[in-house]
Amino acid sequence: MLRQTWWKILCVLLLAYTVIAGFLGAVPAKPIVNETIRNLYFHVAMWMAMMVFLSVSVVYAILYLRKPNHSYDIYSLEYAKVGIVFGTLGIVTGSEWAGFTWGAFWSNDPKQLGAVIAMLIYYAYLVFRNGIPDIDKRARLGAVYNIFAFAMLFPTIWILPRMVESLHPGGMGGNPAFNDLDSRMALVWVVGAIPGWTLLGVWIATLRIRLALLTEKKYSNS
Amino acid sequence: MKIINLLKKDLLLEVRQQYTFYGILLYVTATIFVLYLSMGQPEGPVWKGLFWMIQLFICVNAVAKSFLQEGRGRLLYFYSIAGARDFILAKLVFNALLMILMSGVSLVLFLFMLGDPMGHEGYFVLITCLGGVSLSLVFTFLSALAARAQQGAALMAILGFPLVIPQLMLLNRISTIAFEDVLQGGLGWMLGIMAGLDVLLVVLAIILFPFLWKD
Repeated sequence: MLRQTWWKILCVLLLAYTVIAGFLGAVPAKPIVNETIRNLYFHVAMWMAMMVFLSVSVVYAILYLRKPNHSYDIYSLEYAKVGIVFGTLGIVTGSEWAGFTWGAFWSNDPKQLGAVIAMLIYYAYLVFRNGIPDIDKRARLGAVYNIFAFAMLFPTIWILPRMVESLHPGGMGGNPAFNDLDSRMALVWVVGAIPGWTLLGVWIATLRIRLALLTEKKYSNS
Repeated sequence: MKIINLLKKDLLLEVRQQYTFYGILLYVTATIFVLYLSMGQPEGPVWKGLFWMIQLFICVNAVAKSFLQEGRGRLLYFYSIAGARDFILAKLVFNALLMILMSGVSLVLFLFMLGDPMGHEGYFVLITCLGGVSLSLVFTFLSALAARAQQGAALMAILGFPLVIPQLMLLNRISTIAFEDVLQGGLGWMLGIMAGLDVLLVVLAIILFPFLWKD
């Protein structure tokens, strides 16, 4: 299924729709946020996509521990890498947004901190893997750490920031953004942005996985 | 039963060698003394922050040894006489006890040298125990990972520091219970989350450790 081309065309179309409708479409004029509300299509969609990739990564890590097949490890690693890239982009786009609405690019908001911690945990995953020379051991220990990291992701980005006061939506005393999301915006966001960015990430991951599998095949033959 | 035996073995080793205990004790005393020399007797928030940072470093030093000290041959021996789950549970309990002891010692030293800015010391003793146990759970598991990767304590610091930030943040917030008479809402919830996190860590350690073990 993943070798087929229809979903890649769909991905390009959805992203084109997201960018065109995202920059030109109608948005409600809200105080303070004004036109920056368009960042919803980019910033929030990055985090949604990141959660998808990290979840796929942890599923492959569990599969690897159940049955040590080396390709599972490659899938797990590449999806984690794409998740890390999207998470980093999520922080950057969010910080940019905050710079124009909250008045500072960084304000130690609980969700900003949680996101940085989550990213640090996953950067440590890559560093940890690189430190182990033996391939099988690297795959197994990497899978174990991946599951551990995923379990810590929930407190850092889903639970802790919701319990304290935050400028982000969803925290105590935060600004309500999704309660009254404009229906025109919801269309672009749900139909265009979230599936579009997710498909783009899957595309990147599958290309990298194919490359890794081919490289491995080449070395195992020679 | 096996868990108790393994635990006894760890305790006995500790009592006989007394290497960790006095080593960490010296480390704790020296660090807190340096803090006292440089900070004097700080205000509540600084005191609190310093206390938890020191707990973190004590934990890295005290718990790191638990797996790194066991040689390859000894691990193989334990593997043949006990299951992986018993082994990790025994280690978790031992390290939790060690950390409670060390946190207690450092709390006494903190009160002695850096002064006592608290209003409710009793609560803080309980929070210290909870914090010590929580930190020891994370680092026990990471010590097992680092030992299997055949890398030293440096790797533990790389892996561990991002992982414990949420816990340290929670502990720091929970500690305000002991410092203020008027309490913010939501602190009880945080205690619940902290306990939930500990349960999660123990469950993960029990599920994942057998995979680390086999070679």
